[in-house]
Amino acid sequence: MADENQGELTARLTPILDRYEGRRGVLVSLLQDVQAEFGFLEEKVMSTVAEALKLPLSHLYGVTSFYSQFYFKPRGKHIVRVCTGTACHIRGAPAIQARLEDELGICAGETTEDLVFTLETVNCVGCCALAPVVTVNDRVLNRREQRKLSGWIREQRAP
Amino acid sequence: MVYRTNAMICTCTNCISNGALQVKDALEKEIKKQHLENDVRVVPTGASGLCVKGPILVVQPEGIFYQLLTVEAVPHLVEEHFLKGRPVKSLMYVPPGEEAPIPNIRDIPFFKNQRLIALRNRGLIDPDEIEEYIARDGYRALAKALTSMTPEKVIAEIKASGLRGRGGAGFPTGQKWEFCRASPETPKYIICNADEGDPGAFMDRSVLEADPHSVLEGMTIGAYAMGGTQGYMYVRAEYPLAIKRMKRAVEQARDYGLLGKDIFGTGFDFDLDVFQGAGAFVCGEETSLIASIEGQPPEPRMRPPFPAQSGLWGKPTNINNVETWANVPVIINWGAEWFSQIGTDTSKGTKVFSLAGNINNAGLVEVPMGITLRQIVYDIGGGIPNRKSFKAVQTGGPSGGFIPSDLLDLSVDYDRLQEAGAIMGSGGMIVVDEETCMVDMAKYFLEFTTSESCGRCNACREGLQAMYQILTNICAGQGKDDDIELLEELAPAVKDGSLCALGRTAPNPVLTTLRYFRDEYEAHIKEQRCPAGVCKALIAYSIDPEKCKGCMLCVKNCPQGAISGEKGQPQTIDQEKCIKCGACHEVCKFEAVTVR
Repeated sequence: MADENQGELTARLTPILDRYEGRRGVLVSLLQDVQAEFGFLEEKVMSTVAEALKLPLSHLYGVTSFYSQFYFKPRGKHIVRVCTGTACHIRGAPAIQARLEDELGICAGETTEDLVFTLETVNCVGCCALAPVVTVNDRVLNRREQRKLSGWIREQRAP
Repeated sequence: MVYRTNAMICTCTNCISNGALQVKDALEKEIKKQHLENDVRVVPTGASGLCVKGPILVVQPEGIFYQLLTVEAVPHLVEEHFLKGRPVKSLMYVPPGEEAPIPNIRDIPFFKNQRLIALRNRGLIDPDEIEEYIARDGYRALAKALTSMTPEKVIAEIKASGLRGRGGAGFPTGQKWEFCRASPETPKYIICNADEGDPGAFMDRSVLEADPHSVLEGMTIGAYAMGGTQGYMYVRAEYPLAIKRMKRAVEQARDYGLLGKDIFGTGFDFDLDVFQGAGAFVCGEETSLIASIEGQPPEPRMRPPFPAQSGLWGKPTNINNVETWANVPVIINWGAEWFSQIGTDTSKGTKVFSLAGNINNAGLVEVPMGITLRQIVYDIGGGIPNRKSFKAVQTGGPSGGFIPSDLLDLSVDYDRLQEAGAIMGSGGMIVVDEETCMVDMAKYFLEFTTSESCGRCNACREGLQAMYQILTNICAGQGKDDDIELLEELAPAVKDGSLCALGRTAPNPVLTTLRYFRDEYEAHIKEQRCPAGVCKALIAYSIDPEKCKGCMLCVKNCPQGAISGEKGQPQTIDQEKCIKCGACHEVCKFEAVTVR
């Protein structure tokens, strides 16, 4: 069984590894593609990649854990992000974050147990003229759209 | 096909989130319905600038400006404007506090007072079509450089122009290029730093989304001048649309032979890859960015050696910011003499700012160096909304500082801003009003730099943490008498003991707020009072019975059920239940909710 899983894992990784074969300066891009394929960087995925690249696993963790956009735990189906850029901060981001934490029952950086939502903060999405903004699955919501957010969250939760 | 009119619709990230793509579809459908598809061409463009009013449509060549468009407004607009030739007043821009709309983009103060070099093509071309860039003199400068100028002449021109790095530090660009050219090793690498990490800044995103080829052309000219053969465009992960447009631009440039082998048949080779960041502020620092591309943990390293001598994989490397690159083709086309006439003695040309915060016309502006902050905030920015008063303007993000109202006549210039304790920075400009607490802002920036510090230097790792803790205590009403002195003692220690610009500049927001708003710190510490009404531990909300009309709007919006009273009668807030979220204050139409 374990070998079968490993086989499937390798099959999913091979096209990604092939794409970057023999190229320099591609480690971050390669791992981004791996993460896109698997959703997050699970340990057995990381160790398979490390082996294929002939790099110590510790190096891969050293690099990936430095960045905020590599994840080591499963993430929710929907990613809700509160922008905490300067313009958003002065226009009420802390209150929005508090409200979403309350509604989702998790703190920023966490995922709901049913794996439906991940709540995060993001340093700035560069949409400062619309501040404060929230993004849902990379779509930027302006203030008007944010009013529909509570209803949408309830809908996603309904069985 | 020749069209009578071009309908230029802004499709930047901002406008898209306000529904620009739906408006564009509706526009195309309605134009077809009115059988105008052979007369009116709908062109998607990058950011037109007045981002807060998006979705924006500019009808060219007349220059009629429409704002805040909705799908519902489109049929009427198409019928009136495009079919009957009657511009629609209700969709035009009206200056704050006035009633008469301004139809033409050239007459709107926000646009009229700007001078465009880096943003020369904004709102005028479809960023996805290389021909549109070429039609606006695109790649002419590259042809000129490659066919009629030696690399030395290109560098001499950039040096003579006085162009300084637009990423924030303001190092003379020509000199940087000269260092790299003089390095004997090969290959040489040319990098564009588009890791726009300052929270509250979106200049680079806008340039990449609106005019990607201007950056590519600048880089290719730079590569020719320095002898570079391979380029990298390092874009932060938070900008998916900018990455998409840049990748398309690179492919098109390759198809046209403007990137790759033997460009313009001159034997010059240069190619470029787009590199997506993964979310680390410190990667904006050049040595850290290089480590990131190399696949190392992106920690900054000691300089010298500078990247010009030993950069990517130990080879000579030149890194410039997006806006710097976008300036290059214009300097080559128009000449250093023309360029250096714009600006001040030590700061030449223009600067792009992203204007945001408590300001009416939030958006992207490009202004000649030497303009005053007052002109930016009031003439272009349209002043402060909601009848509040101006308090300060923040430049340079976490590395910069706050400039108070009595310095509003300060001119925008690398050196003047530095003297005031702030920095030019990459161009983030956040305006704050009286309801912004300066201690909270200092704490905000320190929270940011504390979490983004890579941890390599002790002074930055521990020192910022200590400063952040002090600020947190002050905001929580637990400030001590000697906290201010302690902050002033820690700040220079952090600056001196840090290797890279992150640590060396991180104390700036604290130092400038202490310099200009010391009384606010003292009010927090000595009087347990937050004058701006922000720090939760030091404030209480109450309802003025004289002003309250009993409309119950606050009751509906209170998440705690802390407000009670009869309908039509003044309401009261239960202080035990209140979590001080400010929702009541925000929704009250009668200014009856007061903060103490």
